[in-house]
Parts: sequence; structure tokens; C-alpha cells
Amino acid sequence: MSHAIEHPGHLSRKDFVTDQDVRWCPGCGDYSVLAQVQKLLPSLGIPRENFVFISGIGCSSRFPYYVETYGMHSIHGRAPAIATGLKLVRPELSVWVVTGDGDALAIGGNHFIHLMRRNVDLKILLLNNRIYGLTKGQYSPTSEFGKQTKTTPIGSIDRPFNPVALALAAGATFVARSVDLDQEHLGEILRQAAAHRGTAFVEVYQNCITFNDGAFSTLTDRETRDEHRLLLAHGQPLVFGTARSRGIRFRGAVPEIVTVGADGVTEADLAVHDARAENSGVAQLIAALEPPGFPVPLGVFRAVDLPTYERLSGELETTARARYGEGSLEQLLESGTTWTIS
Amino acid sequence: MSATDHPVADAPPAAAPPRRHVEELEQVVIRFAGDSGDGMQLAGDEFSRSVAAAGADFVTRPDYPSEIRAPVGTTFGVSGYQIQYSSHEVLTSGDAVDVLVAMNPAALRINVADVRQGGMVIVNTGAFSEASLAKAGYTSNPVTDGSLEPYRLSPINITELTAKALRGSELSKKDIGRCKNYFALGLMLWLYHRPLEDEIADIRKKFAKKPVFAEANVIALKAGWAYGDASELFPVLYHVRPAPAEPGRYRSLTGSMATALGFVAASELSGLRLFLGSYPITPASEILHSLAGLRHFRVTTFQAEDEIAGVCSAIGAAFGGALAITTTSGPGMALKTEAIGLAVMTELPLVIVNVQRGGPSTGLPTKIEQADLLQAIYGRPGESPVPVIAARSPADCFDCALEAARIAVEFMTPVILLSDGGIGNSAERWRIPDIAQLPPIPVRFRTDPQGFQVYARDEHLARAWVRPGTPGMEHRVGGLEKDFVTGDISGDPLNHQRMVEVRAAKVAGIARELPPLSVEGPANGDLVVVGWGSTYGAIAQAVERGQRQGLSVAHLHLRHLNPLPFDLGAVLQRYRKVLVPELNLGQLSRLLREHYLLPVAELHKVQGRPFTATEILDRIVEVIE
Repeated sequence: MSHAIEHPGHLSRKDFVTDQDVRWCPGCGDYSVLAQVQKLLPSLGIPRENFVFISGIGCSSRFPYYVETYGMHSIHGRAPAIATGLKLVRPELSVWVVTGDGDALAIGGNHFIHLMRRNVDLKILLLNNRIYGLTKGQYSPTSEFGKQTKTTPIGSIDRPFNPVALALAAGATFVARSVDLDQEHLGEILRQAAAHRGTAFVEVYQNCITFNDGAFSTLTDRETRDEHRLLLAHGQPLVFGTARSRGIRFRGAVPEIVTVGADGVTEADLAVHDARAENSGVAQLIAALEPPGFPVPLGVFRAVDLPTYERLSGELETTARARYGEGSLEQLLESGTTWTIS
Repeated sequence: MSATDHPVADAPPAAAPPRRHVEELEQVVIRFAGDSGDGMQLAGDEFSRSVAAAGADFVTRPDYPSEIRAPVGTTFGVSGYQIQYSSHEVLTSGDAVDVLVAMNPAALRINVADVRQGGMVIVNTGAFSEASLAKAGYTSNPVTDGSLEPYRLSPINITELTAKALRGSELSKKDIGRCKNYFALGLMLWLYHRPLEDEIADIRKKFAKKPVFAEANVIALKAGWAYGDASELFPVLYHVRPAPAEPGRYRSLTGSMATALGFVAASELSGLRLFLGSYPITPASEILHSLAGLRHFRVTTFQAEDEIAGVCSAIGAAFGGALAITTTSGPGMALKTEAIGLAVMTELPLVIVNVQRGGPSTGLPTKIEQADLLQAIYGRPGESPVPVIAARSPADCFDCALEAARIAVEFMTPVILLSDGGIGNSAERWRIPDIAQLPPIPVRFRTDPQGFQVYARDEHLARAWVRPGTPGMEHRVGGLEKDFVTGDISGDPLNHQRMVEVRAAKVAGIARELPPLSVEGPANGDLVVVGWGSTYGAIAQAVERGQRQGLSVAHLHLRHLNPLPFDLGAVLQRYRKVLVPELNLGQLSRLLREHYLLPVAELHKVQGRPFTATEILDRIVEVIE
């Protein structure tokens, strides 16, 4: 929740561009995310000085250096913890965490899940390229089973995390997924994340042109993407395909792909997406849709309102003051058994 | 007097109370010991409160196992609480025990060796069954076999007497058994001539939500008192006069509470919100408990998911402009190491409190040790200077918390405050300071964007503290090396050297701000005993005794361990020899040798117990000769 000052002036994209040289590889998907964020920030009605970007370690974690706001490029995996501390003492700030698949899900996995369950009001962008880029090409917690990398020359024997499913299971109140190159979709998802009060988790599939090029090409190439992605829209049926004729139907908890018009299937048989359902069960079923059997769901999986952590923390103080009165240091030092020596 | 002279007393005699006289004592050391479920900490605490209220000076030391409730009757499940109180200044919880209250055979077995010859041993014979004697490793009953002959034995069936007193109570048999600590307390309050009224009022307050328990405990307390009064076991009552002290208001304070209060005071004196990010760990959790109960102050506490999140959340809060602290013990320090490096690099104020315990690894979680000094000073990758200070006593934690906070914000640096499990849990008498007399902690957030450079430095070589939300001063900090002035990322070789050197110079410069050292004892002579941390009391006592024996010995106790005080070298030169007693294998001694190229004699103890004054005095005599 940002106690935005009403008139932040007339900020534009260029107000959020720093004088630092961007050091990502040419063609890196991070450029596109940076551009969308820089486009979004001036539109939020928040003064520039009230934004803080905090990152960990990895290619994506260079992000804060390129956004002209307050920022901290911290240590590996710990950005959620740092951001939580900041937000607890400065709830009026708009705090953003930028992280990667290794940063958030390997070394920082613990902080990630605890951030989700607490619902601290901050935005967390996970740029998932399914590879370690900055350390030059080792497999990550989201790399596919069997993937050959420098540390898995015969193939990875780790089964990957599904970050969206993980976030939902940890109780996140806003969970979304987008891809780097679909600027319109990404821009809209980021806008919704910014508007959410509570932890807003956005997984962005991001292409690493150097170590994992083409990891998401089926989702970004015009020829293939409609067959491979399922665009989620609140209140709309789960429909995909070039002709938008195919959809997802649940038999109990088991999903299946059906074709509208075939075998007597009508649109009414399809699952309808409810991002605002209090119970995250269906969102978790949708999050579990994965290739090769199913298209990749993109969009907002869940967006529900729950009290934010910093608000509850503030309320503890209100309760404590109501119970004990405004703290007086003098009385505190004099508490317990005291006696006077004269 | 042989143990067999006394029949085992099961009930007070019915006759009129015997006539007694009251003996004035200068000091007394009492230890309560029993099963970890016997409520010995409570009995000890209550006894301390009572003697404190009578104006005696005192130091207490709880000693409990790391198991919450070890199997009943085992030696490893024994929980003890020792108090020394006196009509003059008290510096430690005492060496030899004058009175031991042992609630079961295991407690007797573990503790009896610490009782002085001729000291009193009160045993609860109700717990001396054959099975429990065997469990404690006794092959015969020490109450009747004469092995306690060197002591004045008072065998009392506390279990049965408590049960009798509570006959007809609606409590279960098990709950009645739990009241026996109050019987023991009542007896001790009687023996040491303390009134019951305050204690009764306190029990009713403490058990306000369970009036049945309150009344049962009051009955047990009164029964203990009445038993003492009627019994012939105690021909003499004891009284300790109030200790002279500076006029003022006093209270009893543990090191953990003093630390918490010190940081709340630092928050008020600096005008900053206090933020504590912490993960529960013995013996540091008490500070988190205390501050979590003070949310009506400008205090935010955050129980993080792990030690790393504890320190990192504090770094985030510091970036946001709060007075940020994290509290932990040895294993947690190891986990926080990388983040402390980040605070060094970003030059943000932060206090890390390490309540040391026996190590390495999980070590002895509830026991005292001071073996983290070198880790505090050096234990980080890279050239990573961090100021380190150490508290010498429970009450000193208050002043050290203020000092750590002051250094952190004045020099824009993380500061490590070392305490230990002994200090944290021990309590002593504390003169409540006048808040108006406490030195302010000035904080200046920079708000002027004109000419602002992230790493421009002031006269202390500290960079400016800028709160996010300040217009026109948006900037990024981080763990990567930064340009000496602009704060932009810099991999320039000479810039790195310059930054490493300026960070070191900043911390070294703190020494210039420190007051001159003060030595207790002669300004020059044969020997100076140098200590740090919780060994203060034992060293002070040993040195005083040495001086009374005519030895030329002085005591210097260091609060600042990094940087070392500017005049330390000169002070050490004034003595022929230097001795450093430490609860480790020689860490400060190593630093002194390294800094001043002096021979340094050592005394080590790593037994999970504090030094006795006698151990230090023996070494003093040995070194001087």
C-alpha cells in the first residue's frame, strides 16, 4: 500500500533511467522487463523517491542499478528479507524485489516462501531463464529434468520447481506469469501487480540468449505461441489454440483438453477462471498445467485481498498502546521491583 | 556434626518454637538445585527479589540444562540457581556455596562438591527413594551414610510436608508436587529473616489467572516458613544488612533485559524507530521476548524465518532509516556473516548482538563461554572491519547497547556487541539512570541533494545516511565495490584499494573518540590483569584479594575490543607483566601480543562455567613470582 503523494509531477519513462551502462548481454530478455517497468512506474502516481528496488545476486539482480529510484543490490537470495525489514519500518514506500530462478528458488528459497505466506506489500519479479547465467551456465532449480549443462553433462536428475505452484502453495495473494517478449501482456500483468495490496509475485519467462537461448520460444514465436499458451482471464473460460477452439475441462481434479464443438462439448463445459476465489485450490490445479501435455498458463492465477503484514504489524502497536498506553521510557526503566536507597 | 545426629525430620515438632538468635552475615551464597521441572529458577528469582528489596547487593546465576524437561531424577536434568548477596559490593554469584537446597539426589550429587566445608545442605528426603538414588548414581543414601559429614545437613521431607499442607486442596497430586519449590522458598525466606508478605502478594499477582494455584503456593510458602520456625534443625537465623550504595532508585536486572532496555533507550535518544530482526536461539531469545513485549514503544520486532533473514531484515530497516539490530548466539553469528559483510560494504548502521555460548557448532547452548571474540573481529571474508564491544556485567549491557548504537549511527557501520549466556541470564542490582543525563545519540539524515555523493564522507569518514523517500537523492547501494565518491559500481584496482583502506581507517578512527582507559589498582607495578566481558567480577575480586595480600597487581577491563583503545599500549607498558584470563583458549591475549609485541601470560577455562576468583588469584600469584 503506497501512501502516494497526489502530484508526483509529470514523470516519464526517462525519469526512471539511470546514467549507468546496462551490462546485460545484447538480446537478453531482461531488457524487455526493464523497459516495461520503466514504462509502468511513472504511471502509478507515486513520487519517484518513494520507490525502492531491491535485488539479490544474478544477472537479473543488476536491475536496481538501471532504475533511477532508491535501490539495493544485496546478497544472494536475501532480497525478500531485506525488503521485508524495509517495508516494516517504512510502509509508505513502494518496494520492488527483482530476483531470478537461482536467487529466489535455490539459495533464497526459504525467504521466498516466507515472504509469500506473510503477504508483505511488495512486488516481486522473478526473471526465470531456467539457467544460471552470471556463473556461466549451470542448471537452476527450474531447469528441465534431464537438461545438459556444465554441471549436468549427462543430464540433470533434479525435478524442477514450478514457481507459480510454489507461490500458491505458500499462500501468496497475487500470483501471475508472463513472458519477456509479449510486451503488452507483461505490461498489463505488471500493472495489476502494482495495483495489488500485498505480496504480488510475477514470474516472467525470460530468455537467456547466451546460455539457454530459445527456452521459451514456443511461447513467444507468433507461429507457435497460440497453441502452447493458455491466456488466463478472470471470469473467462480456459480457452486456447489458434482458433480459440480448444479448452480445459476438469473431471474432478483431473484436467483434460477438449475441443469446443466436438463430441458435444460446449463452452459451458470448460473451466472458468476465478482469480479472486478465496480458496487457492483451483488456481493450484491450473498452475499444475504443464507441457508437454498442456499449454502453459499465462496471466493472473490468483488475486485476493488479505491484510498486509506491515498493516498487521502496525496494528500490534495500536493494540499494545491501547493496552499499556504510550510507552514511557522512564516508566519502563522503573518497572519490576524497585527500591530506593537514600 | 554427623548426619546421624539428626533423625530425618518428617514433621515439625509440636512444642513451642525453639529460641534462636540472629547472626549478622556479611555475605552469603545460596544455591537452589533440583529437577528442571522443580521450579528452581522461580524459587531463586523470588528469593533474589526479596533480598534485593532489602537493599543487599547481589548477583545471580541460573545454570540449567539445554533439555526443557530431561528425564526426572537424572543428573543431566538438574537445574540450579545461585545467588550471592551481601552487605557490601557483589561482583559475582560467588565461588563456594554456603547453603545448598537440593530437591533430589541428582541435584545433591551434581552440586555438593561446590559447598564449602561446614556449609549447610538442605535435602528433600522425600525424593530420596532407592530408585532415584540409583538414577543419580548413588550406591548408598548420602543422607544416612555419613558421606555428608563435612556439611551441616538438614534433611527435610519437603515432598511430604508440602502434600500434608495441601491436604484437601482441589489440586491433583501432580500439581501439589509442583508446589514444593514454594515450600523451599518459604523455608529460606524464614532462615534469612525476610518477610513473607511481599512474596504472598507476588504469588497472587503471578497466578492471578489461576487462583487455585495461587492459594496452594501461598499455603506451601507459609508451610515452609512455619516448618523452619518450629523445627530444631535451625538454631540460628541469618541476616544480611543492606549494602551501601549511591542514593537513587534501584531495580534488579538481567543482562538480556538490560540489553533490551538499552536499545529502547537508544531509540528514544536517537529519535529513531527500533527494529529487531531475529531468530530464536538460546541464550539470546530473551532479548527478542523482551522487545516483543514493548510494541507500545517505537519498537518493531520481527521473528524471521532464519538467522540470515533476521540480520537481512535489519539491514533493510537500517536502509529505511531505523535503528536496526539483530540478536543471536554463536551458530547464528556464523549464518549472519555474509550479511554483516553487506552492511560493511553498504556502510549502514546496524548492531549485531552475540550472546555467546559454548561452541563450536551447537556446543553447550546454555553454558557460558567467550570464544567468539576473534570471529567477531576477523571472521568475515575480505577486509571487513567491524567495531566490537563487550559487556562486563548484566547491568553493563544497558550502557553497551547505548554505546553500540551510538557508534553504529555516528560511523555508519555495523557494530558487534558481545555478551554471553552468563551475563544474559544473570541478574544484578542496577541504579536506574536519569534519562535526562544520558548522552544523546545525534542522527542527521541528509536531505539536501545539492552536491550529494553516495560515498562522500564526513570527519569520521562516515558517509551520509539518506532515507528512501527523500526527493532528489535516489541512489543505489549494494555489495559490489563502489566508486570512492559517486557510489557507482567500480572494478577499478586503485579505487578498490582506496575503499578497503578508507573502510579500515573509519573503524580504526573510533579509537580516537574513546575516553582514556581507567585501571583499577596501582597505575604501575608488577602485573596488570586484562579482561573483557563477563569475567569482570571474578577478576576484580581476585585482584582485590591479591592487593590485600600485598601484591602489586591492577585490573584493566576492556569494553572496546575493536578498535582497541588508543592508550592501551601505553597502559600495558606500565606493568612488568600482563595476564589475560579468558573463557577460551587465548583470544584477547593473542590480540594484545599482536598489537603491542608484549609477552602475555594466559589463563584459560572452557568448562561452561565462569572463573572463580580463587582460580584467577592462584594464577596471579604464579605469574608475579
